[in-house]
Amino acid sequence: MRGHERIAGKSVLNLTTQDWTAVLLSLRIATVATVFSLPFGIAIALLLARVRFWGKTLVEAIVYLPLVLPPVVTGYLLLITLGRHAPVGAFLADHFGVVFAFRWTGAVISCGVMAFPLMVRAIRLSIEAIDRRLEDAASTLGAGPWWNFLTITLPLALPGVIAGAMLAFARALGEFGATITFVSNIPGETQTISAAIYTLMQVPGGDAAALQLVIVAIIISLAALIASEWLARRATARLHGA
Amino acid sequence: MLSVDVDKQLGGFRLRAAFETQSGATALFGPSGAGKTTIINMIAGLLTPDRGRIVIDGEPLFDGAGDTNLPAWKRRIGCVFQEGRLFPHMSVRHNLDYGRWMSGLSAEAESFAHVVDLLDIGHLLDRRPGKLSGGERQRVAVGRALLMRPRLLLLDEPLAALDAARKSEILPYLERLRDEGSVPIIYVSHDPAEVRRIAGRVVRLENGKVLAAGGVELLA
Repeated sequence: MRGHERIAGKSVLNLTTQDWTAVLLSLRIATVATVFSLPFGIAIALLLARVRFWGKTLVEAIVYLPLVLPPVVTGYLLLITLGRHAPVGAFLADHFGVVFAFRWTGAVISCGVMAFPLMVRAIRLSIEAIDRRLEDAASTLGAGPWWNFLTITLPLALPGVIAGAMLAFARALGEFGATITFVSNIPGETQTISAAIYTLMQVPGGDAAALQLVIVAIIISLAALIASEWLARRATARLHGA
Repeated sequence: MLSVDVDKQLGGFRLRAAFETQSGATALFGPSGAGKTTIINMIAGLLTPDRGRIVIDGEPLFDGAGDTNLPAWKRRIGCVFQEGRLFPHMSVRHNLDYGRWMSGLSAEAESFAHVVDLLDIGHLLDRRPGKLSGGERQRVAVGRALLMRPRLLLLDEPLAALDAARKSEILPYLERLRDEGSVPIIYVSHDPAEVRRIAGRVVRLENGKVLAAGGVELLA
């Protein structure tokens, strides 16, 4: 049964503890997934935007694959590589004590993987739009490759980095298929908003409760969208001398 | 003293140029497409020659035979480009300080004040490059290159993007800079009148080759 009794019609939002757990867990998973994948997203975007190398098409294909694969397939692939008895998963568990299967950390992985292509794409586009002659100017002024990246490339790409991070956050928040396949649907551990809504809809008379979570999901997504628009606009204004 | 002897093939364009410059201001003069900017980029370290040597004050910056190729950021050669290339996300003050920061030089209030005064950009310090006029932008670009205390200053058509009025507004600053004589200058231009005002020596280029090198009489 649900965690608490719902008092129908008392207010628009009337969430049980279990609902709140799912909401907070979703926010935590999406935030951690975004924060941890951001450095990799920037590195891969830089690599794809700037470096020509053998096998680039293959790397691109792998990065963008989660965008086109059915999420269930991505989740299944994660399960057979990172699961408790899968080669990589067993190695990590035995040597580092790191377990992803059926843990919220596993949901972070699946959400991160699903959101990664969107993040990389946004950052890559903004890096490609940078006038490289500014980087040349910086290097004539004594900036080595790292300083050049930190003081010129990254600040100029910032609107794209923000947009990419927000897109990834929103995508991670809504992730369902890969997550439920990889780490299942365990209340308090891996049950995100999406999974909680799905579960409620399987219960007779759960529609009203599901609607509550649907409203929360809409509010969070809208807030993320507005925040990203605002941040990106501020960053762009800063670039153009406001 | 700078000594350049380089080869570079760029698509169908072949550059083969050798010349030397002394202290003071030397002009690289020639029509567009002569290879002036290509040479400047090779001296600055932004383009690698196919063959040859670039030596400044006895130190090789590039040596095709000896595998020496100092990266641009280690060359300490100040550049002013046609479009200024000020960093849009930094204030004028931070643009000016950038070279000093990156080169790890200590702050010298005196030299900062001197350059700001020389170029008359004191009232622009807190503005963003996006809010500057073309002439102001180029003056800041000259200041930025000077404040990294370069051993050579490359000015690549610094006035080409400006109208006649702006040009005559900036030329006196460049003359003052030359007259100070603190840093040797290479001045790239296709405009004889401009070159005559700035440079004492001229290297005349056409189709990727040095036609002649000598005094300003070559401009005729």
